[in-house]
Amino acid sequence: MNAFERAFVYLNDPFNWTRTDGLGIGTLLREHLVISVIAVLLAMVIALPVGVALGHSGRGSGFIVALSNVSRAIPTLALLTIFAVTPIGFGNRATTIALAVFAIPPILTNTFVGFREVDRDVREAARAMGMSTRQVVFRAEFPLAVPLVMTGIRTAAVQVVATAGLAALVGGGGLGRLINLGFGQSDYGEVVAGAILVAVLALLTELVLVVVSWALTPGQKRLPFTQRRRASGVPEPTAAGVPL
Amino acid sequence: MADNWSTILRYLGEHVRLTIAAVVIGALIALPLALLARRSRWLAGPVLGVSTIVYTIPSLALFAVLTPFTGLSVTTVLIGLVAYSLVILVRNFLAGLMAVPEDVREAARGMGYGKVRLFVQVELPLAVPAFMAGLRIATVSTVALATVGVIVGHGGLGQLIVGGFNANFYRAEIVTGALGCVLLALFADLLLAGLERAVTPWTRVQT
Repeated sequence: MNAFERAFVYLNDPFNWTRTDGLGIGTLLREHLVISVIAVLLAMVIALPVGVALGHSGRGSGFIVALSNVSRAIPTLALLTIFAVTPIGFGNRATTIALAVFAIPPILTNTFVGFREVDRDVREAARAMGMSTRQVVFRAEFPLAVPLVMTGIRTAAVQVVATAGLAALVGGGGLGRLINLGFGQSDYGEVVAGAILVAVLALLTELVLVVVSWALTPGQKRLPFTQRRRASGVPEPTAAGVPL
Repeated sequence: MADNWSTILRYLGEHVRLTIAAVVIGALIALPLALLARRSRWLAGPVLGVSTIVYTIPSLALFAVLTPFTGLSVTTVLIGLVAYSLVILVRNFLAGLMAVPEDVREAARGMGYGKVRLFVQVELPLAVPAFMAGLRIATVSTVALATVGVIVGHGGLGQLIVGGFNANFYRAEIVTGALGCVLLALFADLLLAGLERAVTPWTRVQT
């Protein structure tokens, strides 16, 4: 049996899903999701207001560019350990904070760019119609910025789900533990099973958020998957997209 | 003290070798792919689509899946790193080539440039800034990603991070590894920025 067949066997054994010693796939999956969701929400709470404020005023572009460049250079593993060596200690709390820090740059940069790119004329027209600053931000700029803001959140969420797998290397929980344990026992079936689970979860996250961002984008709706690509095939710009 | 330095230098060396090899191999594969994708718009969609999917696959999972085939070797890490650098490089190479204005191409053709000369003397220089931007992003993120190679025992400076973690949370070692990565990434970025400046003298001409 090669590793993939063994992974298949591993994934089909109900015992591996429901065992209660903290290593059941169900438990680890829940742990993985809880860590990821909290991290992304935490990052959104911090990054969205800052991104909106900076994007609306158009200031701080130097800071944003520097942030998105530097964030690419920080090794994930290092970030995951940095909070662990502070008084926060090891475990899931340190992991969650590290992942939140990790998710801030993509959300912040995309929100900033989204609000920044709103046409000047639109902004002035909204103001001329008597909208207050708050109304301009929420009723004119926000709907136009939604696609980019959602791209940022999507990038961040997929990164977080993927990176949460690394947490097991430094004492955290989540699906990465299967990979780590498998390596420890030279059980490559378990390793591949864990890898497949993390990869599928990351792809599902991407898929779900594509649908969500399609639903949230105001205006004429076309199904995201039937949409024709622009004929030129120009690659869309990615903001701070580090694959993990 | 001297002992630590030899360890650090060994891991640093591995890190640098992995990064250079991954980016160079990635660039060598990416250029023909980008040229192919530009030639037919039917290929551009799949090439960009595949690269988006590769992006979502976690590095840990990729290394783990490769292990049964390539073992606990440097090859495993290298294949993973090349795959990720490829994703960034193809996008940027393609964007750079597409950004060459059609007028310029027409003018060159009108002056009797053949396909090869058009590419080497006109399109390539114009696309250099986009190429270099791609190389810089790919290099920096490869430096960061190489640390994950620790899962198969070839993670360069990542070895220090996890090693320190396993050695009863030895903070000095963890911080050395982490800081080393960041400094290496910044140094590589500066080096490539300097190279870009050197190969595009025309962007500095005062008007």
